[in-house]
Amino acid sequence: MLGALIIVFREVIEAGLIVGIILAVTKGVRGSRALVALGVAAGVAGACLVAAFAGFLAEALAGIGQEVFNASILLLAVAMLTWHNVWMASHGRELAAEMKGVGADVKAGARSIAALGVVVAIAVLREGSEVALFMYGLLASSNSTSLDLLEGSALGLALGAGVTALTYFGLVTIPTRWLFRVTTVLIAFLAAGLASQAMLFLQQAGLVTALADTAWNTSALLSDSSLLGRVLRTLVGYADQPSQLQVLVYALVLFGGFALSKLFAPAAPARGRVAAAE
Amino acid sequence: MNVKLVSLAGAVLALIAAPAFAEDVAIQIILKDHKFTPAEVEAPSGKPLTLEIVNQDSAAAEFESKDLRVEKVTPAGGKASVKVRALKPGRYRFFDDYHESTAQGFLVVK
Repeated sequence: MLGALIIVFREVIEAGLIVGIILAVTKGVRGSRALVALGVAAGVAGACLVAAFAGFLAEALAGIGQEVFNASILLLAVAMLTWHNVWMASHGRELAAEMKGVGADVKAGARSIAALGVVVAIAVLREGSEVALFMYGLLASSNSTSLDLLEGSALGLALGAGVTALTYFGLVTIPTRWLFRVTTVLIAFLAAGLASQAMLFLQQAGLVTALADTAWNTSALLSDSSLLGRVLRTLVGYADQPSQLQVLVYALVLFGGFALSKLFAPAAPARGRVAAAE
Repeated sequence: MNVKLVSLAGAVLALIAAPAFAEDVAIQIILKDHKFTPAEVEAPSGKPLTLEIVNQDSAAAEFESKDLRVEKVTPAGGKASVKVRALKPGRYRFFDDYHESTAQGFLVVK
């Protein structure tokens, strides 16, 4: 049972962290709870579909269907996260002051929140499909220990939900005026990490062959399959043996995201004064 | 963001457009009763590899290797293949993420 618990928990940590972060990011925004719930539901449904059609996906596109699918949804999540940060940099203040009602901007804000709903769905789908496959395998092998293993799996899922709660409640203890800054940085690192993971799949599919050598090996120091390693992998994109391409793309997305946010941030001094007066 | 996406896509395309012409060495690994055969596979160094995993079990597996930087779901009774970069001589560990205690092996690159 412990084995199943660990396997399932390992898979759901990443999704758990991401959902927790996004709950904190969208805290107080009208309709955001429903959206996150919808994202989780869509992710679970998608995960079951992906698991059910794992055989088809594995054989699709001459055997690289899985990789193309994973890389695509990861890059979609990267785009959504980056867009959210850029949008927040340019409109964040209006959204924070949503109670005042800023009309069109609030609607655009809803779009930006919807983008985060997509990220939730992708995170749950990615990890969930592996959990679904593992649990389906347990059911299929129908021996006496299966029930025990399913129990372990259920506990692993519950622990994953615990990670979400811990992340959320941890983040919301940060005073509101800093929370925005903290989550912006978190999202930027999250995007960079996911982009780096996407490169892994492109390289494994043979779609990208450049910069395939290992940039560094810190697996002896901190394995990215350990608990701490997994958490860091999600939060800052830590990898113990990344390829050079992963490192390059990670840096591009991280600094590119910050540069774009700076570029789109309102430069009007009047706005600055309003901020200072707060 | 559009600018960024375009430049990212451009970068990816540029890399795709420069494929390695070196011929891949194909290696087959069979997974049965949550064990790999052969559990030690030899491979030449300096050449890109294609690993084909044949899963003969009734449960899905996730072929994974930190050292080779691959992770691929292999359906029950199905096959999956992954590309591996040209390697330096050494021992590279791989395993089934769902049954790591029994299903593990090494790629021995010489």
